[in-house]
Amino acid sequence: MINKVLVALALLGLIILIMPIISNFQERTELSELSKKYIEGSINDLKSPNVVTSVIVTYRGLDTLGEVTVLFLATVGVGFLLQKRKKGKSKKDAPENLKTTSSFLAAMIMILGIYIFTHGHLSPGGGFQGGVIIASGFLLLLLSDINMKINHSILQAVESLSGVLYVGLGVIGLILTIGFLNSNILPLGEFGQLFSAGAIPLIYSLIGLKVGSELTNIIETMGGE
Amino acid sequence: MLYTLILGFALFLAGIFAMLTRKNMMKIILGFSIADTGIHIIIVSLGYLKDKTAPIIDSTIKISEATSSVVDPIPSALVLTAIVIGLATTALMLSFVVMMYKKKKSLSINDYQELKC
Repeated sequence: MINKVLVALALLGLIILIMPIISNFQERTELSELSKKYIEGSINDLKSPNVVTSVIVTYRGLDTLGEVTVLFLATVGVGFLLQKRKKGKSKKDAPENLKTTSSFLAAMIMILGIYIFTHGHLSPGGGFQGGVIIASGFLLLLLSDINMKINHSILQAVESLSGVLYVGLGVIGLILTIGFLNSNILPLGEFGQLFSAGAIPLIYSLIGLKVGSELTNIIETMGGE
Repeated sequence: MLYTLILGFALFLAGIFAMLTRKNMMKIILGFSIADTGIHIIIVSLGYLKDKTAPIIDSTIKISEATSSVVDPIPSALVLTAIVIGLATTALMLSFVVMMYKKKKSLSINDYQELKC
């Protein structure tokens, strides 16, 4: 009984805190000064059409580095908690047509993921979304074939290499005295082209590879349970 | 967008309610995910501007009028960060639950009282 009263009190307190936000809500009609600066800077200084990408990769690049670190720590935690057991080879093999179709589809899904993270500065999407799509391709493979093995050393090599190169690109900016993780270290190119916007496509591709291999690792460790 | 704001707060409260009242640890994690989604909807709806399009400057937007024809890009970027971190914490919580289930073969939070003193 006392529990229910406490829960009701907590929810009531939250509602009282929330009510002023809803009752004073007014539809915004204009952007803030900071957002205008970001949009203008994204067009003129970075030449990247997708403003969200330029905020994530360049203006808030340090945040993204922290975010990738959190994802890495979570992967390490999952791998530490769920240590892989040797699973005996299951006698039942997956049907031939299921195996063939899923490997064909998985390749297409991974190509879509690569397309999304290399075009992160031009179209909706980016490194995180592309990485999740690549991991979903591996998930399809793992679901369709129970004896599927993923080479862990390749996964770890891809993940660590892309992480090191990501930080390395940031440090190049420091050496050239432009700023840490600034994407102007490479020529800017033409607005709206694939090879443009400085180092943004490169950085986002590295993030995509890192996120893809980390999520594949999580899926594979959890699937082993 | 008042309606999406209210929807977001409703999801947030529902998630908090589930976290406070359920005993099954899986359901507590589900409640956390629901509250997380509610917060994402709140942040995105706070950045919405009426009749504006996504902050991607393509051929349909004139570059000279770019600042007056797109929604706020900052909440979208923040929500992208929040989604990834929410996913990472959910995966970590689920693996903790798997470990605890292996130890005691129970998902009820009442069976784990060692930390209570």
